[in-house]
Amino acid sequence: MRTWQRPHYLVPDKRWRIALWIAFFLYLIVGIGSIEVNWQRVYEGLERGGRFIEGFLNPNFTRRAADIYSGIYESLTMTVTSTVVGILLSIPFGMGAARNISPKPIYLFCRSFIAVSRSMQEVIVAIFLVALFGFGAFAGFLTLTYATIGFLGKLLAEEIEEIDKKQLEAIASTGASWLQRMHIAIWPQVMPRMIGLSFYRFDINFRESAVIGIVGAGGIGATLNTSIDRYEYDSAGAVLILIILIVLACEYLSGWIRKWVS
Amino acid sequence: MGELEQKLVWESHTRRKAWTVWGFWFSIVLLTVFCWLEMTEDTIWFFVYDAPVQAADLIDRMFPPEWLYINKLYKALWDTLNIATLGTLLGVILAFPVAFLAARNTTPSTKFVRPIALFIIASSRSINSLIWALLLVTILGPGILAGIIAIGLRSIGFVAKLLYESIEEINSTSVEAIESTGASRFQTIAYAIIPQILPAFLSITIFRWDINIRESTILGLVGAGGIGLFLSSSLNVLAWPQVTLIILVILATVVVSEYISARVRSLLI
Repeated sequence: MRTWQRPHYLVPDKRWRIALWIAFFLYLIVGIGSIEVNWQRVYEGLERGGRFIEGFLNPNFTRRAADIYSGIYESLTMTVTSTVVGILLSIPFGMGAARNISPKPIYLFCRSFIAVSRSMQEVIVAIFLVALFGFGAFAGFLTLTYATIGFLGKLLAEEIEEIDKKQLEAIASTGASWLQRMHIAIWPQVMPRMIGLSFYRFDINFRESAVIGIVGAGGIGATLNTSIDRYEYDSAGAVLILIILIVLACEYLSGWIRKWVS
Repeated sequence: MGELEQKLVWESHTRRKAWTVWGFWFSIVLLTVFCWLEMTEDTIWFFVYDAPVQAADLIDRMFPPEWLYINKLYKALWDTLNIATLGTLLGVILAFPVAFLAARNTTPSTKFVRPIALFIIASSRSINSLIWALLLVTILGPGILAGIIAIGLRSIGFVAKLLYESIEEINSTSVEAIESTGASRFQTIAYAIIPQILPAFLSITIFRWDINIRESTILGLVGAGGIGLFLSSSLNVLAWPQVTLIILVILATVVVSEYISARVRSLLI
């Protein structure tokens, strides 16, 4: 008796499928084999893990209240300024990187700037900027601005490349100047999505601001790093909960504003 | 005549809307200026003005890169690759059930289970893998296991969010068709839902793998293994030519993984 079998969609050839599975398991064995674990250390650490979960459930907001407050405050101010400056700078870079409205040399320059910014981790950029500009929020601000330009510039360029050409031609045929064409034909087409993406980037910048503090670039990361290093898991839990709440609030707010814009 | 001329000028908004828009922009400017003043309060401007000189000095020390150092990096690169790949696998395995619990059309209860699943997604998304690694290194000790778990925990939110959105968008006709044969809940998922979301699922996984390669290169800074460990030790002894080489290696890895991910995803869609 033949029974029906669900067809395979992705790799219809059976031999290829078997080969892929074998390759996958081989990698898994070799990969897992190369993990060196000190089980003694893990066993000792489990008690700390339990304390962390306990600390996360009973966060202590008071012991490091002053540090937490100033850290969150610094993170937020850093996030606002870097997002705004990043957006302002990403507009020329994004326009320059759109193939349909800019000349070739400018296009290549902006594209490569964006590519470099996107492939560099924020933390690595922060290490260098801290070395150049000294510890503190200013280095963090520059890091986040730089990352924002790469992120929004690329998306803005893609958005401009996909616009409806007719509107641009219609406006151009009235004899509008370059600035007028950008303002009246292109801006309204890309604005709704850009506003949404800007809020999304605000969200990312806040999350990243918690990380770059670890390498000395200001913000809540420094507080978090100290409390984890001192095994004060209840304070660390408090910081993590604040981060989660602020990210959730940002998400809620951006959803609301996007609805209001469209 | 003057009045007529005024009316003929075209405006893209009504008066009221124009004021609202203006108010919106004005409050953003105010907020930015305020934040800028607060943020730069403790900035030592001398360091900022001095930065170009420092930059020139740094670049001078960074070049040429110490090419021979690469022989020490192969093992670290392999570790980085493992952290990213095994971490992605761990994240995907954990994210799969979470996505089904979070999607409106497959969750067992919208009132109780769905909010919990959404909270798991939100917390995993809010906390960067470097922070998870920082925590796990104090718990499990330094090494790539902490890195793998950190990457896994961070991936849950990303994968589950995209996956549950694609589960919510599936075509419900085939689900109803399978259900009408008397299939159980798991059979419905296996025969009606999974075939529909499989391409999206694989493409999300590859996409996350690419991001994870990028993130796993820096986890070593907090002791969680991989090439970041070498970056951190070279930085500590100010061996700038080694730092340059490591950063070049990281950039190359990122570019290659992005290329692979783009190729595989274009094959899937």
